[in-house]
Amino acid sequence: MTVHQADTETKDPPQRQQRSLRRRLKTLSTTDKVVLGLMVGIPTLIEACLIWLPSLASIGLSFGRWDGIGSPTNIKGAGVANYTYIFTNYPAFWPAVLHNLIWLIFLAVIATPLGVLLAVLLDRKIRFSRIYQSIFFLPVMLSLALIGIIWQLIYSGDNGLIDSLLGIAGKPQSIDFFGDKSINLWAALIAQTWRHAGYVMILYLAGLKGVDASLKEAAALDGATAWQTFTRIVFPVMKPINTVVIVITIIEALRAFDLVYIINAGTNGLELLSSLVVQNLQGEGQDLGVGSAIATVLLVVSLVPIVIYLSRTFRKDRVE
Amino acid sequence: MSATLDTSAVPLGTRNTVVSNKRRNSPWIYVFLTAVAVLWLIPLVWTLYTSLRPNAATTKLGYFSVGGGLTFSNFGTAWNSGFGTYLINSAIITVPAVVITLFLASCVAFAVSRFAWRFNVVVLILFTAGNLLPPQILATPIYQLFKNIPLPLSVSDSGSLLNTYYGVIIMNVAFQIGFCTFVLSNYMKALPDELGEAARVDGASVWRQYRSIILPLCRPALGALATLEVIWIYNDFFWALLLVQSGDRLPVTTAINNLKGEFVNNYNLIAAGAMITVIPTLIIYFVLQRQFVAGLTLGASKG
Repeated sequence: MTVHQADTETKDPPQRQQRSLRRRLKTLSTTDKVVLGLMVGIPTLIEACLIWLPSLASIGLSFGRWDGIGSPTNIKGAGVANYTYIFTNYPAFWPAVLHNLIWLIFLAVIATPLGVLLAVLLDRKIRFSRIYQSIFFLPVMLSLALIGIIWQLIYSGDNGLIDSLLGIAGKPQSIDFFGDKSINLWAALIAQTWRHAGYVMILYLAGLKGVDASLKEAAALDGATAWQTFTRIVFPVMKPINTVVIVITIIEALRAFDLVYIINAGTNGLELLSSLVVQNLQGEGQDLGVGSAIATVLLVVSLVPIVIYLSRTFRKDRVE
Repeated sequence: MSATLDTSAVPLGTRNTVVSNKRRNSPWIYVFLTAVAVLWLIPLVWTLYTSLRPNAATTKLGYFSVGGGLTFSNFGTAWNSGFGTYLINSAIITVPAVVITLFLASCVAFAVSRFAWRFNVVVLILFTAGNLLPPQILATPIYQLFKNIPLPLSVSDSGSLLNTYYGVIIMNVAFQIGFCTFVLSNYMKALPDELGEAARVDGASVWRQYRSIILPLCRPALGALATLEVIWIYNDFFWALLLVQSGDRLPVTTAINNLKGEFVNNYNLIAAGAMITVIPTLIIYFVLQRQFVAGLTLGASKG
């Protein structure tokens, strides 16, 4: 990534403005070129060394065997043994995949539509709209770790709010929502929804404000119901925001970690791919090869939506 | 893009005429919104209430009860058991991380948006994609890398990047540069090209164009991003969890992982610890909410 590469560019840019920019780059002094090179170079180096090379290293480690103690020269080749192991023998792997999938479906079917619904309702001329917005938005500013603690106070079997309301707190029949393997995933998803819906609401609301009011007005004059106005007029116009919301929903489902880690370190019904990576990193279960194989699976799955989204976003840039 | 900076700026007159043609909003909308709003507030109100009650009262009466008085003593206990230190640690990590992130991101954004490079789009894609990856993918290599980079003991008492603020700061920077570069480059692209031309005619260097012309014009975007990044980095749980071992160096968001162990079943203290963690967030929520929302929507408005 040097300035000279830009100089040797011969392809004619389609727009006048770009041509003038390029001409300007040719006429830059050496100092200016060095300054520009540093301005791009240093952040790129950080990004390469701390994000992309480690990602590749994870892929590399997934084909090796290493206990992580001692120098990296102790790494032995393992072929695809780590993958064979996680796919066929590692008890937590498929439950984790299932939980990530449930996480995604729950967000996509419950949390995201709830956020969109709130946004659409608040976009009508509602009194106290700003107060409602502020309330729904509040959890968005909290960390998922803290959300885990706060919901623990609601869900606990000994002293939680729900069990207290039901009059069974601390009794033998009490329900520990985060501790009970059969329900804790759903309990965690409700806590996640508390935050996710507000996030989607605020993004969607900003998009709705940008929709030409006369479109909605015309639809209303033609006797369209609120539902028709939304599905036929507003939703199609909102395509860019829809894409962002879909991407955020997928990415949040893949990145889910903090919440399950604070509840029980991602065990006992709350296994996720991300928490399995961390469990293999340190302590008794330490097996860096296995951990890296899981990380690689997570990387490949994550790259699918990321690549689709970015190629759509930046294709427009190239055309412009 | 700038329209999202003030979402309420709809001319009132036009709105009223629209509404007069519309059916009036059904009361059920208010019932629904109010019900959701109440549900939304319960967790925080419950936490606040629990944190203000003496443990003796809740032990005797149960948590779902009134009476026994209210007290701030739980906050004092939680503060003295480390939360003061944790908050300072959070500041030590968050402030430099946000400043460095915005500086580096604005540099890249300036270069890719104001000059034509062959790899403009590639750089932007790599930066943005890096921001979207689940951080756990990098956990193993980063941990080993930081463990094996030797540092003089005068800089780090662990002799490596592990267990230092530097390690946490640099990982937060690496993860957040992508998003800020994406937002700022879009913002700078929207600035008229003539600005640079005029400066060039005056013989201004590239650095001066960046420092004196473009950066001041980006102030609204930088303000919004700074607010957003303070919250995001303050809220980061994972990097300190991975990289910091000694308890007295943890930032507060990671330290709450130890709350349950530390205050075994004393829910009043757990709640007080949680409320202390919320305080900086609440300050930004009340003072800078608009900036925060603007930062979020700036990123999304370019789909």
